[in-house]
Amino acid sequence: MLDLYSPGGSLLHRLPPAAKMLAMMLGATLLFINQSLPLTVAATLVILALYPIAQLTLKQAFAQVRPLLIIFMLFFAVQWYFSGLELAAYVVLRLAALILLASLVTLTTKSSDMIDSMTRGLRYLQPLGVNPEKVSLAISLALRFIPVLAQITREVREAQKTRGLERSVIAVAMPLAIRAIKMADEISDAIDSRGYRS
Amino acid sequence: MIKLQDVSVSFGKRTVLDNLSLDLTERRIAVIGANGSGKSTFARLLNGLALPTTGEVLVDQLNTRKKGRDVRRKVGFVFQNPDNQIVMPVVEEDLAFGMKNLGFSKADIASKTDEILARYNMSDLREHPAHLLSGGQKQLLAISGVLVMTPDIVVMDEPTTLLDLRNKRRVARAVAALDQMVITVTHDLDLIADYDRVIAIDEGRIFADGAPAEVIPAYERLMA
Repeated sequence: MLDLYSPGGSLLHRLPPAAKMLAMMLGATLLFINQSLPLTVAATLVILALYPIAQLTLKQAFAQVRPLLIIFMLFFAVQWYFSGLELAAYVVLRLAALILLASLVTLTTKSSDMIDSMTRGLRYLQPLGVNPEKVSLAISLALRFIPVLAQITREVREAQKTRGLERSVIAVAMPLAIRAIKMADEISDAIDSRGYRS
Repeated sequence: MIKLQDVSVSFGKRTVLDNLSLDLTERRIAVIGANGSGKSTFARLLNGLALPTTGEVLVDQLNTRKKGRDVRRKVGFVFQNPDNQIVMPVVEEDLAFGMKNLGFSKADIASKTDEILARYNMSDLREHPAHLLSGGQKQLLAISGVLVMTPDIVVMDEPTTLLDLRNKRRVARAVAALDQMVITVTHDLDLIADYDRVIAIDEGRIFADGAPAEVIPAYERLMA
């Protein structure tokens, strides 16, 4: 969800975010209820077929599951060993289909539209004390700052590596925490400066 | 106009700014000083992010202590590190953030977003993830995010410190072209050579105040 949105004007891009999220939840539920390998294969093919419809390439589809390939292989090996080849294929394919489905939503929906949609949905929870604007800001900040924190972690790691401390968790965690806290202070000032009413 | 009346700022026993009284009226004002001299605190006083321990800061007669929100609407603030100022994941979302907070209409948000992106040749980056922008683009986005809120005054805290020469020049051109009053806190003496007024702060006090041609050489001698 960090930089997944792929601009376009396809039917899937134009669908309301709430409809896409509901469809994703429904699709995910059906994938889990279903216990059949052929149906899972069919569902995966249908999801893959939606990528070109959304003006996305199969390369982009593969990019969504690539970071998890090692985990898939691990799952597959364990399941094959304990439960047989068919169940192993079913479990891994179902997981891949879920990721492809969720990615299809994030690739065709701007994070702001998704957050606006969630904010509207959360308004129903206001009587329970939920503040939709705060929740939506928190989600936006998380999306914005996960890559920034990843970058800071890389910088701290490199700095500690030059001092021979790359194996020390504390040597990385402490400066990272200090920088994150300092950054949080400034972000809070920036949000204040830009007229946010908490 | 911004008026500082007998302003001091202390953190515990440490006095960061000591009894400053100033009227800031010029179109381009620079604040220079060594690290730890109090210049960033000075900048933060001007839009109410920091409050004086004693004395008052008035922005067009509004006291920053009592009317912080109104002051921040008048005085935009650009931080040194744009990564800490860009709060939304995508360029156009970040530009819209401040405008939404101020209650701008959707049409206004769209037109101001178009205008500012065109001004800085960033129209093709409209839907770009903010974290993938270059340093210069991030700083221009941070400045744009402030400008779309139509402040009367823009305060910048070391806006070019983290940039390479090309991006420094790009940001300097952007700053030079602004219609608003600009107050820049900086170490970059080239950036402020054409400014109307330079205030040099040393150990929390005003060391020199005047035209760049007078203040910059005096400051350079102090730092020698």
